[in-house]
Amino acid sequence: MNMTQGQEKPRGMTIIVKNITRLIAGFIFLYGVYIVFHGHLTPGGGFAGGVVIAGSFILLILAFGSQEITEKVSYSFSSLFESLGGIFFLIIALLGAIAGFYFFWNLLPKGTPLRLISSGIILPANIAIGIKVGAGLFAIFLALAATKYIMEE
Amino acid sequence: MIELYLLIIAMLAAAIVAIEIKDLLAAAVAVGLVGFTVAIMFILVSAPDLAIVQIVVEVLTVVFFAAVILRTTHIDTTIGKGIDKEIVFPQVCFFIFGISFLIFALYALKDLPPFGSPIMKVANTYIKEGLEKTGAANLVAAVILDYRGYDTLGEATVLFTSVLGVLAILRKIGRK
Amino acid sequence: MILFIACIGLFLIGIYAVATKRNLIKIAIGFCMMEYAVNLLFAFIGFKKNALAPIITSQTLERNFVDPIPQALVLTSIVIGLGTTALILSLIVRIYEKYKTLDIKEIRKLRG
Repeated sequence: MNMTQGQEKPRGMTIIVKNITRLIAGFIFLYGVYIVFHGHLTPGGGFAGGVVIAGSFILLILAFGSQEITEKVSYSFSSLFESLGGIFFLIIALLGAIAGFYFFWNLLPKGTPLRLISSGIILPANIAIGIKVGAGLFAIFLALAATKYIMEE
Repeated sequence: MIELYLLIIAMLAAAIVAIEIKDLLAAAVAVGLVGFTVAIMFILVSAPDLAIVQIVVEVLTVVFFAAVILRTTHIDTTIGKGIDKEIVFPQVCFFIFGISFLIFALYALKDLPPFGSPIMKVANTYIKEGLEKTGAANLVAAVILDYRGYDTLGEATVLFTSVLGVLAILRKIGRK
Repeated sequence: MILFIACIGLFLIGIYAVATKRNLIKIAIGFCMMEYAVNLLFAFIGFKKNALAPIITSQTLERNFVDPIPQALVLTSIVIGLGTTALILSLIVRIYEKYKTLDIKEIRKLRG
């Protein structure tokens, strides 16, 4: 992992790794989104998909060096998304308490089984957890490996 | 079931290597091997959900360990030659504790149902009525998000707190 | 039964690393091993012989599944274990920046 020592050192890894990462990182992100969305039909769910989404961003940092990526996908961006995911999950849980019987009431219509839009509240909850876990783990990695670029005084 | 026993032997050997070896990056790789054999054992006991989560979490654990080891030293400087006198007392204490823990664990594990035939009182209700009442085909997702949603809320809170803790510890304070 | 004893053996290896080792990274490895051992023990408790994974497809009509409740409990425990390991590693980074060593005996000597 190339922490920068001076200004003349080339950042990141070799050119083969950079080209392959450019091709593949989008597909890894798409695979993570697929695991999150089909959480109620196949094994997986919010936690596994969220960690795969974080993995695609970590691959970008490892291949290109920390300085270039944190100009585009910065620390405040991922911290904002983590909070949004948590608030969204709480709103879904509170909808049952406000509009009906009890906390976490499964109130959206459950369609025909084995389709994508079915099972009520489970699909939005999986999406919220996927966003939250992915953004949180990416923020932890930025703090552990690239502290110089994210913390202002 | 012969594969389970072979994997148990590989897992214990990798664990002993991970805590005794002198080079720290090799210890991180050995921890990765322990996690990988645990994930394969999850597949062999018919738990594909757990296997997916265990593999991706173990890869991230090895990446975090490597990130920290490359910021600090590479070699464990505490393992010298011969018997270290200062850790004889903790080792003797651990030996006594380990033997007594194992004896009590044998008493406790005798009361569990035998391996391969669990008592599934509540689980039979979940399996019979899970599809009609929640509409989800994945029964584990139905359990963690509908029947036991509070536990998922608690887990989201714990993960949020741990992210907050890491970012608070690694902040630049200034002149300290 | 031997499988349960093997999980307890992995747990005891983790406690040995935390209690007797002097390098901080080895202590963190010990915590990680204890998490893996407990998750494995829970997954072994819910296993049923000659049964399928608990996913309902259009072909599984007889519903002979393994127990889904221990799997749901272990799923959150694995991710919490990752959070705990990350917190311990961030403490190690801070200690190294201040004392320039990872040996707990040297750190205890430097304080006085």
